[in-house]
Amino acid sequence: MSPHDPGRRRHDRVVAAPVLAVRAAAAVAVAGLAACAGAGDAAAPAGDPVAAPASPELAGTVTVLAAASLTDAMAELETAFESRHPSVDVVVSLAGSSALAAQVLAGAPADVLVTASTATMQPVVDAELVEDLPVVLASNTLEIAVPPDDPGAVTGLADLADPGRTVALCAPEVPCGAASAELFALVGLVPAPDTLENDVRAALTKVRLGEVDAALVYRTDVIAAGDEVRGVPVPEAAQVVTEYPAAVLADAPSPAAARAFLDLLTSADGQDVLRDGGFLVADAATS
Amino acid sequence: MSPRGRVVRGGRAGGGEVGGGIGGEVGAPRSARVVAGVPAGVGVALLVLPLLALVVRTPWARAPEVLADAAVGQALRLSLGCAAAATGLCLLVGLPLAWLLARARGGAAATVRALVSVPLVLPPVVGGVALLMLLGRRGLLGRPLDLAFGVTVPFTTAAVVLAQAFVALPFLVVAVEGALRAADRRHEEVAATLGASPGVVARRVTLPLVAPGVLSGTVLCLARALGEFGATITFAGSLPGVTRTLPLGVYLALESDPDAALVLSVLLLVVSLAVLLVLRHRWLR
Repeated sequence: MSPHDPGRRRHDRVVAAPVLAVRAAAAVAVAGLAACAGAGDAAAPAGDPVAAPASPELAGTVTVLAAASLTDAMAELETAFESRHPSVDVVVSLAGSSALAAQVLAGAPADVLVTASTATMQPVVDAELVEDLPVVLASNTLEIAVPPDDPGAVTGLADLADPGRTVALCAPEVPCGAASAELFALVGLVPAPDTLENDVRAALTKVRLGEVDAALVYRTDVIAAGDEVRGVPVPEAAQVVTEYPAAVLADAPSPAAARAFLDLLTSADGQDVLRDGGFLVADAATS
Repeated sequence: MSPRGRVVRGGRAGGGEVGGGIGGEVGAPRSARVVAGVPAGVGVALLVLPLLALVVRTPWARAPEVLADAAVGQALRLSLGCAAAATGLCLLVGLPLAWLLARARGGAAATVRALVSVPLVLPPVVGGVALLMLLGRRGLLGRPLDLAFGVTVPFTTAAVVLAQAFVALPFLVVAVEGALRAADRRHEEVAATLGASPGVVARRVTLPLVAPGVLSGTVLCLARALGEFGATITFAGSLPGVTRTLPLGVYLALESDPDAALVLSVLLLVVSLAVLLVLRHRWLR
């Protein structure tokens, strides 16, 4: 079901306004398994030849702009990188992908950009502000989050179309909202949200506070929230996959360290961290 | 009822005008004015240049298309309606509160005055969280309200009005209380000795005396409510036509269409300036 998979990234670049691709979940899942198969051994982080090609010379600050849904994974990756390169300080700035892209377009001094959709990365690519074409690090799918006591007795997407329940969705203008809209269109439902939040973490917060019966967020957010929310899997969500492209920026103040950080993200260790956070990882480093 | 000594702040409408020239009061040594002029100029630049940049960078060619969007009119109407309602609410509770604070003495009044001023220095988003803790579905008042009447406040237009009133009320109270303290109480006392009831005194003497303060407080309150963002998005959420006021629309547009966000920002700037200029002008004359 994935005849154009090998040329996928080139394809994403050429299409001027890529919408989130609907892709067979099987393709991603298989690719993810393939990547994980070689990454079973999580020991000896310092000995990874891919992540530390020039470790003695690396120093300074690497500024990473990352999508809000990467909050927890980035914290872990920052620690991992800094332990390998003690003279490098990684500064992670988290926000909505569109806001991050806008910052880069406005000339914000940053080294690495990771967004939660190819669509939000595209303007930065078009402006030739990336050093190389973005690499897809991982992908994500949507899941319903409900408070632990599940006051709305939510069982599926249909409950999010019920005006009687209090529902938070992402605004269609941001990646998680675009994916949500696509999912609802796919299953033929018209959602009945009570609020359209500006980023996925804001939607999740409404669930954590118990202010809504349900929110449609990323699977990774449900995992990150731990016991504070419960996930209600949505089978159809496997057909709406959000990709996380990452790139070293052309005007990066610390290009060498930035490349090393990107190498860590795509290395087996980096992909392990992402997978533990609930992301679907593909073998992006070599595809 | 003995007249107490009060700091009289009246008469500022007359003095202090540039070139107003009552020699000794206004004239400062030339050197002092030069020394003060540099930081003062930096201050003006800090406030004015960003707004100027906003206007300069706005893609005016796109303005008609952006402003014609039905969602913009909806957000503007919601903003004006909610801000007006919030200001009305603030007047209703703020005038009596300011009067009590201006006339009261002692520690209790000082405590209340300090508490009432807290939202002035509080980040609005904290105000929004606090409102959720009180009136949210699991809030101190919100939970019993929900259980007893099935009423939930968040995500409603009423929540927007409450959030705006929360951040705007102190502006009104502080302005009106200041005016009341500055007003000469002897007028009230004379009216009372001439047989006017307290209600008549309040209506015919006190209110006209402090009218400029009330008006300026109302303008500040309205302008603050119009610009409210943090408490609103936290407590009321963001749904077109229900809770998405113009500032929330600007923030969302920044995510998807920064050019449209610039146009909307200028619209908000114009509306706020109009409120300030129209109402202040009437008050100054």
